[in-house]
Amino acid sequence: MLRRREFALAGSALVALPARAQFRIEISGVGATQLPIAVTRFRDEDKSGHAISAIVRADLERSGAFRGIDADAALDETARPVMTEWRSRAADALVAGSVARLADGRFDVRFKLWDVVQGLELGGRSNAVEADDLRLAAHRIADFIHEKLTGEKGVFSTRIAYVTRGGGRYTLRVADADGDGGQVALNSAESIISPAWSPDGREIAYVSFESQKAVVYVQEVASGRRRVLANFRGSNSAPAWSPDGQTLAVTLSRDGGSQLYLLSREGNNLRRLTNSPAIDTEPVFAPDGRGLYFVSDRGGTPQIYRTLLSGSTVERITFASSYSISPAISPDGRTMAYISRLGNDFRLYTLDLTGNAQPVALTDTSDDESPSFAPNGRLIIYATRAQGRDVLMTTTLDGKIKARLLSSTADVREPVWGPYGR
Amino acid sequence: MTSMKQALIVMSTLVLLFGCSSTKLDSDVPVETRSTAATSSGSGAANSGQALAGTSSAATGGTAQSAVTPVDLTKVSPVVASNLPRVVYFDFDSYVVREEYRAAIETYAKLLAQDRNKRLAIEGHTDERGGREYNLALGQKRAEAVAKSLALFGAKEAQVDAVSFGKERPAVQGSDESAWAKNRRAELTSR
Repeated sequence: MLRRREFALAGSALVALPARAQFRIEISGVGATQLPIAVTRFRDEDKSGHAISAIVRADLERSGAFRGIDADAALDETARPVMTEWRSRAADALVAGSVARLADGRFDVRFKLWDVVQGLELGGRSNAVEADDLRLAAHRIADFIHEKLTGEKGVFSTRIAYVTRGGGRYTLRVADADGDGGQVALNSAESIISPAWSPDGREIAYVSFESQKAVVYVQEVASGRRRVLANFRGSNSAPAWSPDGQTLAVTLSRDGGSQLYLLSREGNNLRRLTNSPAIDTEPVFAPDGRGLYFVSDRGGTPQIYRTLLSGSTVERITFASSYSISPAISPDGRTMAYISRLGNDFRLYTLDLTGNAQPVALTDTSDDESPSFAPNGRLIIYATRAQGRDVLMTTTLDGKIKARLLSSTADVREPVWGPYGR
Repeated sequence: MTSMKQALIVMSTLVLLFGCSSTKLDSDVPVETRSTAATSSGSGAANSGQALAGTSSAATGGTAQSAVTPVDLTKVSPVVASNLPRVVYFDFDSYVVREEYRAAIETYAKLLAQDRNKRLAIEGHTDERGGREYNLALGQKRAEAVAKSLALFGAKEAQVDAVSFGKERPAVQGSDESAWAKNRRAELTSR
């Protein structure tokens, strides 16, 4: 692993992406330990139509673990870079590569990573990809670099899902984790809420109001095939997948009020989970699959509770505010991200589930909603409001490095981060 | 359970549902008679006039002892469901159906009792503040409160669909109390 320099970065870096990208990414914040890395323009990347190096640099910066060094040099993966030159530019690592069009229309994407401080090659790859997969190729390069230099898996080739609203229509979209490459999964005249990725990343459950009531659907992402998961009397909502993907928890009003139920991924085998006179909703499985977190106002106002599926004790875990909702649990089960109301502000907080620490606010905005963890547990995506629009943001767990995924046209909300393994 | 106890339970539920209302019948609501169409508090004048005419002709018209004067309900203006308020508004953080809607709900219930094929959807809504799923549940509570009052006035559960749109379908855009007040509502629509 690379020795890292302590570095404090003030201000923001605007990373420009090709014009046809739906999102521009604005990254800001002060990071405690950021590895300075130079990602040079890949030879002939312009001819591919994608700024591969810019995508890689933006991915690395958004992770909070890297700071991009401007690098205007004509290198590729076959180069023998002069390390003293790069050290004098204050880079600890260097990336160079190339993109070559193949006779069959695919592209050969190659790169190499160097440790500038020690003057070593750390590795590289060469991959032939379809034109449609060039962005994914860039994200995979960023993942490789992230893992090589930090020891932790990168999440750049994962996907997110989110809902847009604009022009009287709603869409459910699937995009790269940097917000770009969005594809429409569902186009509707009525609202879509609460998307939830299946653990294998092949399906998304969501709530659609297309039948003039809340109904839970499960849709295969690749094929668009969908099925009704829950359409009982009244409202059906808040789908949450068990870690093994076989069961979902949902909120149903079929027996009066809003209560939690479990059913199979095919919509069978309905079992009631909560039995209270209150509102019980927003279930989330614990990563070990044995427990469930949920929101209930059984104590008077909405708070977050947890329960074991095997038992009946329910334990309240939020106390600092009169209104706490939308729990999301980190993959290691140690941290909860959620939304608390303080005065008129709805703000993103994290709570250490293993100790007695106080909740920590991650933002200073006032309309946060819908937090969701990246599969490596190091980033949270959420929605907030800025300049009169709903926007998507990512943040490191300490709240220090934030990136704004900007939409130029529609309001974006309800983001949810997909799993590894595309 | 004795019928006395049943009556007490119904009455106390009514009191709970309608806040601090008394359970005396509103004396201004026309009493349904056999020879008139059911009337509603909203349309008082027109229908009562017709009703009275019908009644009096039945009582005095015709010289034969066996004369029967038909009253054609299909010609009488329909149970002015169109005059009934379609929206019930709620106070902040509340699911209590305010007293002012009691008479209208009673009439809706009568409509449903008269025609078992009629269905009513009650769509509950909230203002924009707060989370989507929690607000969906709040809207559901509002819809169910109206459904419960309908049931107490005689509507069958199968005729009433209580659903919620949470904050997804505001009636009025805006982030002030006047907009919020118009969004905290339950809408009644025929299905």
